[in-house]
Amino acid sequence: MHMTDLLQIQNIRKTFPGVVALDDVSLSIAPGEIHTLLGENGAGKSTLMNVLTGLYRPDRGELLFDGSPVHFSSPRDSLNIGIGMVHQHFMLVPAHTVFENILLALDGVANFFSRRKYKVKIQQVLDQFELDLDLDTPVWKLSIGAQQWIELIKLLVRDCRLLILDEPTAVLTPQESARLFQVLTRLRDQGKSVLFISHKMREVMEISDRVTVLKKGCSLVTLPRGEYDENRLASLMIGEDQIPMWIKPACKYEELALEIKNLSVRNDRGLADLDKFSMKLYRGQILGVAGVAGNGQKALAEVLTGLKEASSGRILAKGKDITNSTAKSSYIAGIAHIPEDRKSIGIAPDMTVDDNLIMKNFNSRAFRRWIFQDRAAIRKNATAKIDQFAIKAGPDGNPIRYLSGGNIQKVIIARELSEKPSVLVALYPTRGLDIGSAEYVHKVVIDGANQGMSTILISEDLDELLKLSDEIVVMFRGRLVGCVNPQTTTREEIGLLMSGEVQR
Amino acid sequence: MKLITVKRELSSPLLRFAAPFISVLVALFVAGFLLLAAGVNPAQAYLEMLQESLGSTYGLSETLVKTTPLIFASLGVSLAFRMQIWNIGAEGQIYMGACGATGVALFSGIENHAVMITAMFLAAFLLGGLWAGVAGVLRARWQVNEVIVTLLMNYIAILGVDYLIYGPWKDPKGFNFPLTAQFSDAARLTEFFDTRFHSGFFLALFCALIMYLFMERTVWGYEIKVIGSNPKAARYAGMRTGLAIFAVLFLSGAMAGIAGFGEVAGLQHRLQHGISPGYGYTAIIIAWLAKRSAIGVVIVSFLMGVLLVGGDSLQLSWQLPVAFVYAFQGLILFFLLASDCFMHNRLKLVRGERHV
Repeated sequence: MHMTDLLQIQNIRKTFPGVVALDDVSLSIAPGEIHTLLGENGAGKSTLMNVLTGLYRPDRGELLFDGSPVHFSSPRDSLNIGIGMVHQHFMLVPAHTVFENILLALDGVANFFSRRKYKVKIQQVLDQFELDLDLDTPVWKLSIGAQQWIELIKLLVRDCRLLILDEPTAVLTPQESARLFQVLTRLRDQGKSVLFISHKMREVMEISDRVTVLKKGCSLVTLPRGEYDENRLASLMIGEDQIPMWIKPACKYEELALEIKNLSVRNDRGLADLDKFSMKLYRGQILGVAGVAGNGQKALAEVLTGLKEASSGRILAKGKDITNSTAKSSYIAGIAHIPEDRKSIGIAPDMTVDDNLIMKNFNSRAFRRWIFQDRAAIRKNATAKIDQFAIKAGPDGNPIRYLSGGNIQKVIIARELSEKPSVLVALYPTRGLDIGSAEYVHKVVIDGANQGMSTILISEDLDELLKLSDEIVVMFRGRLVGCVNPQTTTREEIGLLMSGEVQR
Repeated sequence: MKLITVKRELSSPLLRFAAPFISVLVALFVAGFLLLAAGVNPAQAYLEMLQESLGSTYGLSETLVKTTPLIFASLGVSLAFRMQIWNIGAEGQIYMGACGATGVALFSGIENHAVMITAMFLAAFLLGGLWAGVAGVLRARWQVNEVIVTLLMNYIAILGVDYLIYGPWKDPKGFNFPLTAQFSDAARLTEFFDTRFHSGFFLALFCALIMYLFMERTVWGYEIKVIGSNPKAARYAGMRTGLAIFAVLFLSGAMAGIAGFGEVAGLQHRLQHGISPGYGYTAIIIAWLAKRSAIGVVIVSFLMGVLLVGGDSLQLSWQLPVAFVYAFQGLILFFLLASDCFMHNRLKLVRGERHV
């Protein structure tokens, strides 16, 4: 036991009814280090974060902060001793200014009476890290990246000594990520500790002083810099030594599956979500779409699947105009959709896995007799799909909301692919999935491509795009700003396109 | 020490089944104090309620008479609830149904019993359905909150019916009472055992069966459940949610309309002021108690019938006000909602180790 450690997590155990979420997790965080926590989904990362920030109380084990035991009964206790967290979902009031949001994070009404004092203090923090942020701008006007800075500044103004960041780069361009890493490194040099959670191997390699791998609720191992590489970490996480790589048969794409011509879509505020967007998709092709979240990718997927209407332009599927068809007829035209937010639009949470598997084709002859549902056929379909896609569905009749994220995604994919679509529109299909599940999704996409299915793969994970795509297009503010070949391009090139600084 | 709530995973099926009954028992217990305060011995009162409502042919027949409109209206309400559409307007839809049936009975001049009854049924079905359908269109087309619309339309329906029976439809031979003329025999449902018990009850059971099959077995029931569970997912799956909202509200209102038909054709044989003493509101409680299942609706409606008839006896023999019955209904709903909360959460006593 090192007395010098800022935080020691000792043999923490946390159970929920029927599940052991954390089973004997120990790790320590030294002052002035960037410590990365790596693990598949369901490995217990979020539970551990919630224990550290005082949301959950561990069943067993101890937390030592500065060498003395601490017990949190609420997030406030944890904040008070100096543990702060930047959540994946920001906790900001959109209508208020940056300054007001930061004030809110501070304790006590008194702050509102000494605004000037705090303004100076906050401005100092901004200057120190060379952050260009106008304190009087309302938060809703800011980019996602800028909003994340606010979350971080909130913690710095509070003088938090341990900063926990939960997948902070998921919403950033490579350039913004690089900036964040600079700041984090600087914070480390000032003696702050950072606990960093990420799925992205490259970032882990770049920034971590030490890496702890969590697996199935146990801390497997902590490795200092120099003792790990990508292969080692990945194999620790998924328990295999080989990371499967896909070999794509080189082939020429000739048959046009989908063509988009000058498509524009307006969003609710009257601004363009898609602005004269054009692209071509060939049979069996996997077309990667890169871009920072919020640059029209969602609109592209929604207009293709009939959830949004195009204000101008045309979509041709195999030469047939399907521009303004409803979701139903698009589906018949053979476009399947893996939605971005699986829980909020992909499933009916209270219904069973069986019922969710037929949501798209419940009306087909296979699942009904006259007006009645054919429960036996539905059951048979479910058994087959559960088996084929290795879905952990729990007991029969289990509502789908009790399934893990990866398994829910498998249900959606099984359903979307069940009608043998000619085009698959996949929106961040592996976001939040563990490596095992993500690999599975990749396999499904590649298998589909080999059988002639075309895929529009919208992703923010460049590694995923580079690995799977035959061609990568980059979106910026609703326009197509570039088209690159994954074999020959570089991350930097894509990053520059994503930030809208160059066009190709 | 302090009390905190902890989320439960899945509660056991036994608990889920028993919870409504336990809630009713607790409500009985609490209502006992109200009775005590009114100077009535609760045990004696409850016993009498049971005897009055179930202890004789007459009592049982009266209970079933009250159960009938409750089943219809509750089926309608629970259908809408199934899709997370809150139809609070069953009361008004009952009035519109009764009004439609009465219009046919008084002015169609049909003499054949079967044709007459069918025509009255259809008129009630249509009018009740359209009444709720207004809220359906507003909701589907312009996202107008259906709670407000259905609730406010109750007043329009009730006052509209009042206008008719105080005005154009008033029975000239009725000594100026607010009621229409009596229906001809062709427009009356069959009565049994020399009581007020009429064939509407069997129609109610039949409707419950149809509703059960509709919800649990048909593709439409499936669609309704998907929309109820997640409207966004339903849209994404290509379901026409707007149409479904209208259809469900129409059917919901139509079922309540049939309750009105049953009341005028089976029981009153005329339209009169206060044709429904709040069945439409009781139906909301029943739909909730029955967990929105058609079979549950039948059982709970019967229990509510017992309560209503028993409550009447309380008024007669103890001079308790009718408000007591409403208070009792309110208590049941209250404890039911509380039980729902306990189904999903568990209370836990923790020692107050508050600080660092």
